[in-house]
Amino acid sequence: MERSMLRVKQKRVALNSNHAVAYAVRDVDVDVIAAYPITPQTTIMEKLSEMVANGEIDAELIHVESEHSALSAVVGASAAGARVFTATSSQGLELMHEVLHIASGMRLPIVMAVPTRALSAPISIWNDYSDLMNTRDTSWITLIASTAQEVYDSIIQAYMVAEDPRVLLPVMVAYDGFLMSHTYEPLNIPEDPTAIRELVPRRDRIKLDIDKPVTMGTITDPRWYYEIKYQQVKAMQNASLVLKETSKTIHEVLGRKYEPVEGYKMDDAEVAILTYGGLFGTVQESVDIIRDKGLDIGAIRLRQWRPFPSEELTHLMHDIDTIIVIDRAISYGASIQGPVALEVYPIAARMGVHVFSVIAGIGQRTVLEKDIMGIVNKVLDYLDQGVIPLRSIYWGVRGGE
Amino acid sequence: MSSSLPSWSELPPGGIIVEPGNSVERHTGDWRTFKPIINNDKCIRCMLCWVYCPDGVIRIIDQEYVDSRGRKWDIILDIDYDHCKGCGICVEECPVDAIDFVEEVK
Repeated sequence: MERSMLRVKQKRVALNSNHAVAYAVRDVDVDVIAAYPITPQTTIMEKLSEMVANGEIDAELIHVESEHSALSAVVGASAAGARVFTATSSQGLELMHEVLHIASGMRLPIVMAVPTRALSAPISIWNDYSDLMNTRDTSWITLIASTAQEVYDSIIQAYMVAEDPRVLLPVMVAYDGFLMSHTYEPLNIPEDPTAIRELVPRRDRIKLDIDKPVTMGTITDPRWYYEIKYQQVKAMQNASLVLKETSKTIHEVLGRKYEPVEGYKMDDAEVAILTYGGLFGTVQESVDIIRDKGLDIGAIRLRQWRPFPSEELTHLMHDIDTIIVIDRAISYGASIQGPVALEVYPIAARMGVHVFSVIAGIGQRTVLEKDIMGIVNKVLDYLDQGVIPLRSIYWGVRGGE
Repeated sequence: MSSSLPSWSELPPGGIIVEPGNSVERHTGDWRTFKPIINNDKCIRCMLCWVYCPDGVIRIIDQEYVDSRGRKWDIILDIDYDHCKGCGICVEECPVDAIDFVEEVK
């Protein structure tokens, strides 16, 4: 898709990430919205309800009795050809889990925002990424944003990718619950949403149509199922390419550049810290402080969780000896318990790079620059002793090792 | 196995069935272990079997028929055995026991 587009005129506004989602959903002109309230997602739907009531969005807003119903409602609407949106967090995402697989298996271009939150029990309304990481194998394209600006841009990009005929998979846009969903940042949004609508033209796809009936989501015996699941494997591979193309378009039209993995001061780095979401800002600050003390350290931000950007990460890790992966979720009983660290491990192993998996920020336990520096010092101690533990480091837990 | 079937790229995305009305091609009759057989001589044409059949396999055929009591009928009833699963609901519902249910040995 080679095209050159003019930069659109934008205005500077202050929004939290949840409201940034609502403005993006308004600007792509959705047809059907369904959601059930859950903290910290609720203010997305509050804003969208307001926009629908004011006539800013010409959409059906369906009030449902659960998240299972919310996703089922948009599955139905999307199957009928509508452009749809939903959002949830934590327990809501867990209740949707069954339908997540149905949405991707039926190849429906649904877009969902996920301000991430810890899982019960015990109940925590605060942030971590346990909810998102449980959706790993649902065949949803998953982007993790780090700023409100990126949240806005990612929702736009999500529709561009999901509806591309080479892809036709649902997309989740995740970001930190509370730390981003409820904090205000300055961002630029187009003065005229027409420019955004040109980025997401209405495209034909097979849909439920009275005049041309089809059957979706049928039963398949062992002669058919495998090939249909393999289609999803290929669609996910195509998504990497389409994400690249659409990032280029977003750059041309909106002026913001996004990479599947983004390096910070990586040129001469020997050690890198990889993380995702809002924590990356703290890590960047910490890198600056640690560099002043003489360690050649850099940082890597993972934006594209699914499909996992193995090639791009390999390229970024080319000259480092050690990578520290900070996860805000726990894969209980795994060989190393950081979900993203587990994905980085095979790439690092091939390159001879040491991997340290660190768990932090669980249930929104605060992670500041001093914590990042403490983590780096702990890793340096291990390296001095020549020890690479095959388990995660649990940073900041009382009574931990 | 299955090499004569279409490859993944030849199938519509998500295995969508784009040709409607193809359930007739699936011969669900081979699930049957008991076979209902309508006795048109005993049958009083009340059509309850036709109403109750969950698979719509009771066929109404325009054909004159004179039963052993001398009654004249304009129709006979028949069963589409390609799609009758042998559930026996028609046998249960028939008010005059005009449907026999016989074990099928294949």
